[in-house]
Amino acid sequence: MREIIMGYQGEMSLKGLNRNQFESAMMKILRYRLKTVGKFKVYCTQSTFYMEPEEEDVDMDLAFDRVRTVFGLAALSRSVVCEKDFDTICQTAEEYLGDSLHGIKTFKVEARRSDKTYPMTSPELMRELGAYLLGKHNYLRVDVKNPQFKVIVEIRDYGAYIHGPKIPGEGGLPVGTSGRALNLLSGGIDSPVAAYRMAKRGLALDHIHFASPPYTSERAKLKVKTLAQKITPYTGSSNLFVVPYTKPQEYIRDNAPDVLFTVLMRRSMMRIANTIATKQGCEALITGESLAQVASQTVKALQCTDAAQDLPILRPLIGMDKTEIIETSRHIGTYETSILPYEDCCTIFTPPHPKIRPELAEILEAEAAMPGLAELEAEAAENTERIRIRITDEIEFEG
Amino acid sequence: MLQNPELHYLDNAATTIVAPEVADVIDRAMREHWANPSSLYAPGARSEEALNAARAAVARTLGCKSRELYFTACGSEGNNMALLGAALTRKFGKGIVVSGFEHPSVQKPLERLAAMGYDVTVVKPNPDGTLDIDQMLDAVDKNTILVACMMVNNEIGTRNDVERLAAEVKRKNSRAIVHVDAVQAWMRVPIKLANIDTLSVSGHKIHAPKGIGALYLSDSLYQAFQAPYLGGEQEREKRPGTENLPYALGLAAAATRLNKSMKSRDAAVRALNQRLREGLKAFPEVVINSPDNAVPEVLNFSENCIKSETMLAHLAQQQVYVSSASACGRGQPSHTLAAMGKDPLAIDTAIRVSFCADNTPEDVDAFLNAFEDGMKHLQRIRR
Repeated sequence: MREIIMGYQGEMSLKGLNRNQFESAMMKILRYRLKTVGKFKVYCTQSTFYMEPEEEDVDMDLAFDRVRTVFGLAALSRSVVCEKDFDTICQTAEEYLGDSLHGIKTFKVEARRSDKTYPMTSPELMRELGAYLLGKHNYLRVDVKNPQFKVIVEIRDYGAYIHGPKIPGEGGLPVGTSGRALNLLSGGIDSPVAAYRMAKRGLALDHIHFASPPYTSERAKLKVKTLAQKITPYTGSSNLFVVPYTKPQEYIRDNAPDVLFTVLMRRSMMRIANTIATKQGCEALITGESLAQVASQTVKALQCTDAAQDLPILRPLIGMDKTEIIETSRHIGTYETSILPYEDCCTIFTPPHPKIRPELAEILEAEAAMPGLAELEAEAAENTERIRIRITDEIEFEG
Repeated sequence: MLQNPELHYLDNAATTIVAPEVADVIDRAMREHWANPSSLYAPGARSEEALNAARAAVARTLGCKSRELYFTACGSEGNNMALLGAALTRKFGKGIVVSGFEHPSVQKPLERLAAMGYDVTVVKPNPDGTLDIDQMLDAVDKNTILVACMMVNNEIGTRNDVERLAAEVKRKNSRAIVHVDAVQAWMRVPIKLANIDTLSVSGHKIHAPKGIGALYLSDSLYQAFQAPYLGGEQEREKRPGTENLPYALGLAAAATRLNKSMKSRDAAVRALNQRLREGLKAFPEVVINSPDNAVPEVLNFSENCIKSETMLAHLAQQQVYVSSASACGRGQPSHTLAAMGKDPLAIDTAIRVSFCADNTPEDVDAFLNAFEDGMKHLQRIRR
């Protein structure tokens, strides 16, 4: 039995004249994901992506796992392809779906023909195949309104496709079709979720992390690496930039008013992120800020942070509650890592009572009193370490 | 360290560096003794011979008979095997008595037994880090099937008087099994097995590699003892599985090597401990957590200023390696200090320095210098 994977376009199908750009980006991503699984033919017709194995013994479960997290697919299914002759269709349907029909009570058959030259009409096909399956499974009833299982048959130009159950995809747009952005990854719960959200809108990502040894440990860095790794099924491979941030951070602590520390630090981080982003061709910054979650995430504080540099700052979590964010972080599998107890750069030196509504004027004044900061920031950007993060399950044991 | 002056490894209670001569023994054993010790042909017989020699050598250092020594994979396995085995063996009662600052590999099996209906009495340590043996004995009665106590605490170094505990337990209830976790004690303090039924030791605390340990199981208990494992006939059917011969030979080599020098090592380590204590006197904030009767190998203190995570990372920059609590906790707050009733600041700022005989006074000085630098420059905890 020859099995294939089908991915259905979501939002992409609404695109106009540039739709083929999205489709070719998608095919490139699918081909890349499947490269290590086996030899696949990937093509797109009628708003559907087809992934056909071109050799025997391809692990289709693995292949399906690889592509089900790809952004841009509203749904996926696995299907079996057979000759269009009706008897073959019946036999194949029984062979492929017979197991799924056990233990349920109601089902229905849906049929579609894009090959209009086919001798049977869709209603005929539904009726006849339904009757055949009822004959094999006499405990079943047909329920056209609310069936427990749908048997879907499509007659296409090249053959008949009998589908397994449709599984929802991640939706969104293919990664890379919206450009590239730099995500500020702290090690907390929010920033991986922010990365996931923006990748969903088609952004390719790099991550930037600020490390302040000895206040943050080697393990904290490892944790961030793990987080970046864990979201690769969604974001694809990316770079993780680790900025040695101890010196600027200590300089701000020693030379600025205590209550403004956090906002000044965030501005400084944004400037360094801007430098790295520009160098890497990233067109925006991403943060996991959520309005009023902490003192540096009030409207006033965000205004001050925004003014530090000129790239757009995307904040996909701005209107989300912590519980919603946690839900997504569980969905993408980063939650368990995020709650590991290591100190991160955002929590050290923080004053007990930071200013909640800082004015830009006083922030600029405080920065004017720190003439040495720019040099330390440049130095930090200069000494940034780049770590290549590859798609998780492509890592092989290097023994 | 003697072998590398740049490296100041002061976390020997977490693990020790494998001694080169031990590594050589293992390397050779892997190449020469490839045969299964249970095989009938000549190479198998040679493997068995080597295994017997290793067993005898390790048994000698513990003062037991060869046949009372069972190779395991680690101290944790020995503890699990002894405790779960004790519950399978003694059916006359449900009482278990244990100290309140045991290693997780003792705590967790007993938690499971408690959930299965055993009546587990946990005796907390005193605020000074010592353990009141009499309090443990008070909990022992005719219903007690098992008493477990570690010989040396892994976090603060307390030397518990398990010899007296074992003797008194047997006087009160001769059928109660006495288990001793001697992982931190072996090769540091003399071990007397009288009245003790099971005792676990581990290789990687004595300069053998990780992955090998041993359990002493007294001959008087052998017949009755129901091990939690089932399988082949290796290790007198108590611990089935093809023997890890190279590592068993490594364990024997490591034990033999240290057994000769117990006294001289003790003196050297005591001097290092004293040097560190003297040095720490310069910091008025420092409070020693290790009790007076602690072994010299371990010195635990709270600096009460800087988060241990930060201090550790700072020290590591100078290749000075210590730990905050036990390495088994992976950065979790110390359960021993919590059981002693220490305040959160003391727990958050605790540092454990643990020596071996390969440490030098220079290591202590390197620690003190880096520590002083950290105390001066690192951000203090805000209150």
